[in-house]
Amino acid sequence: MNTSLAANINSFLAAMVLLTAFGMLVQRRMYGLIHLFAWQGFFLSISTAIVGFVAGAHHLYISSILTLSLKVILLPYILHILIQRLKIHKEVETIVNVPMTMMIGIALVIFSYHLTAPVRELSTLMTRSTLAVALATVLLGLLMMITRRHAVTQIIGFLAMENGLFFAATSATYGMPLVVELGVALDILIAAFIFGIFFFHIHTTFDSLDVDQMARLKEED
Amino acid sequence: MIFLPMNIAFFSIFLLLLAAALAFLFNRNQKFLIGVCFSMTTIASLLMVAAGGWAVGKGITNQVILPMGLPDLLFHLRLDPLSGFFLTVIGLLSFFVSIYSLGYVKGFLGHRSVTSLIIFYCLFLAGMFMVVLADDALFFLISWEVMAAASYFLVMFEDEKIENRRAAFLYIIVAHVGAIAILLSFGVMAGLATGFQGFSGYTFDAMRATNFPLGWATAAFLLAFFGFAAKAGVIPLHVWLPEAHPVAPSNVSALMSGVMLKTAIYGIVRVTFDLIGVFPWWWGAIVLIFGLVSAVMGVLYALMQHDLKRLLAYHSVENIGIILIGIGLAMIFTSYQMPLLAALALTAGLFHTMNHAMFKGLLFMGAGAVLHATRERNMEEMGGLIHKMPWTAAFFLIGCISISALPPFNGFVSEWLTFQAFLLSPSLPSPLLNLLIPMGAALLALTGALAAACFVKAFGVTFLGHWRGPHKPDVHEAGWTMRIGMMLSALTCLALGVLPTVFIDWMDVLSEQLVGAKIATSATGIGWMWLTPIAHERAAYSGPIVFAGIMAIVVIAYILLHARPAAIKRVPIWDCGFEKITQRMQYNATSFSMPIRRIFGFLFSIKEQVRLVSQYGHRAFPKKLHYHLRIRDLFWGWLYKPVVDASFWISRKVGRLQQGKIHVYLIYSFVTIIVLLVFLR
Repeated sequence: MNTSLAANINSFLAAMVLLTAFGMLVQRRMYGLIHLFAWQGFFLSISTAIVGFVAGAHHLYISSILTLSLKVILLPYILHILIQRLKIHKEVETIVNVPMTMMIGIALVIFSYHLTAPVRELSTLMTRSTLAVALATVLLGLLMMITRRHAVTQIIGFLAMENGLFFAATSATYGMPLVVELGVALDILIAAFIFGIFFFHIHTTFDSLDVDQMARLKEED
Repeated sequence: MIFLPMNIAFFSIFLLLLAAALAFLFNRNQKFLIGVCFSMTTIASLLMVAAGGWAVGKGITNQVILPMGLPDLLFHLRLDPLSGFFLTVIGLLSFFVSIYSLGYVKGFLGHRSVTSLIIFYCLFLAGMFMVVLADDALFFLISWEVMAAASYFLVMFEDEKIENRRAAFLYIIVAHVGAIAILLSFGVMAGLATGFQGFSGYTFDAMRATNFPLGWATAAFLLAFFGFAAKAGVIPLHVWLPEAHPVAPSNVSALMSGVMLKTAIYGIVRVTFDLIGVFPWWWGAIVLIFGLVSAVMGVLYALMQHDLKRLLAYHSVENIGIILIGIGLAMIFTSYQMPLLAALALTAGLFHTMNHAMFKGLLFMGAGAVLHATRERNMEEMGGLIHKMPWTAAFFLIGCISISALPPFNGFVSEWLTFQAFLLSPSLPSPLLNLLIPMGAALLALTGALAAACFVKAFGVTFLGHWRGPHKPDVHEAGWTMRIGMMLSALTCLALGVLPTVFIDWMDVLSEQLVGAKIATSATGIGWMWLTPIAHERAAYSGPIVFAGIMAIVVIAYILLHARPAAIKRVPIWDCGFEKITQRMQYNATSFSMPIRRIFGFLFSIKEQVRLVSQYGHRAFPKKLHYHLRIRDLFWGWLYKPVVDASFWISRKVGRLQQGKIHVYLIYSFVTIIVLLVFLR
């Protein structure tokens, strides 16, 4: 496989990642959200594998497999179970309406391209064009956390941010060292467990997973 | 070599920490604990006196780097004559106070557990010793905080009383504001010493070796002066002092007032003379002005008090002021390259540091004995205690004479030296200073007179006359350990006053190291009998001769009075020529200070109310007269209330940021990220 083809495929996958990120931003259903998250992880893992193959960085295969197993299979599964256990089937409520969110998201993507322009000119990596997408994914994840009020969607936003960071690492430097990669993967796993436990507690305490309820914890003056 | 002053100091600190640990372990047997732990602190303090006295006497400097601390920031310790001098001061008073505590703390047995008192007492002593020994900014601040925190808990000891909690809270706030200023000052100096890349500038050695540019040095000095002034209780940062000292246990008040304030003096001397080294004259002028204001205002506020320990606390403000006068003058003389006069002024200041530790410790111990016996702090309720507590009264009287700067006791010598420094200031080559400094001398003279008046009041109202309170408690003399503690410090007061030349000879190495001149050769120029600063034809004082003269007069008067039996006639006391006067009609503290209150009333916030309670609701038939007098610090309303109000206002405004909604917090981070990306890419 020659480099330009790989770069094209990689760009296509980056576009898909961005698309799923936007999809998550507007998706109102919980299950749909998890599926989109899984798809994003899937595109990410393929992209990592291709970059690993072309660049000859073989440890990226392991990263790719980790991503596949964690973010495509395990985490969506855990979240799935969580939603079933907690009986959250209703639609996701948003704070800001969807068109507005989309506009902000687009602005963020443009901003990311503007921001990474100097890096694109200096870098010689074949993945350099995807850095903007990676940064946009991070920002979109954060935006998702801001605009949703359900605790589970906030976690998905957080995980999407992590996806963006991972993507940035592969596209900027062909991935972090394996040790770091493993550590991050472990962190994500632990975080998912902790979130799971917290959800149960929040649910039992407030009888809801609406994070606005937590405003009641604030000290009154 | 094993046997060094530094090693003795280490052993002493180890002993203190061991005592604290023992108190922690043997919580059960309180009486045993008091005996063992205070004996250990007594020994540790004595060892510290030995280490400090040795280091000063021989002019030894020991430096040690401990293999402890943070990575790359090891603890540096140094025992030079300046530290040695303060070790001696702290050690000597804590030696007396530890003996005193053996008896005093027993008074708490049965009421409450004294374990925390003992633990924090040991840590407090260890903290003070370590502050003086520290040779880098990190260890200095750690020790400083240990000292502050331990004394906070000591003030808090009787925590069921609201006044204790309030005083401790105020104290910890002022202590921390001061500590932040000190931290910043060290930060400035460390940064200039080696730049902000590494940490190696944090040792005092690096700061010593650096020549600071004037602007930065001024910033460092002002920050340090502010921080240390907050600890020393310099007006207007003194408000915590009259709150915290009265409510702490009396042995702790003795230490806090006698020596903890001195660590701040140590800090000022260390930073200005040693670390910065070169300074313009107006730094000294700042110190001098704050010293004068503290001295005069401190004694005036003290005069208005009727709580015995509060009165003593305000006198600490006054005496810190007198010490700062000496140091300020020394700074002015140093900046004009007049080392001999600088040495005189510095010696006066440091001598007064020693003296104040001794007599203020003595007075607080005496006040503690009175409190212990009568369970009363209000002088208006006391009186006639000299009959029940003759020993305490005698020791308290010695403390009063010393603090009033009367010969033959020690207070006189140091204030006399300060006056000599003042009187020699016309040789300064600056007309402005020549004009202004004599006014300072006048203020110092006023301070001395007012202090004497104040202690006539304190002693007279407490120990003479009749008991004023409604019901007379069963008063008893202090126990023998308490008496020994007081007696030793009283004897030290006398010894320092009678033989000042010996003491000045001993501490002369300090002024030689700090300002580059000795005064001992001139001060003791014509033998150990005469103290003659600069030149003997100019001024001379002989402690032994004055002492002998006073003793002779006392003996002659005693013989004359007792030779004829009819010479002494006993009559009702304090009846002012009237007959059948009741105990409530005696001259009391408030009436004694009334003339001064009238003259200096504009310096206080005074609220005086007279209310007539009459029969049949008409003034023509008076029944009772209520007199209510409230005197408060002006500074509270001027300085502190605005600051407190402003900080509350700001915190309410800042509190709006805390919405309690997770989205709002996320938006904060989001906006921060975007802004950083836009501006710092």
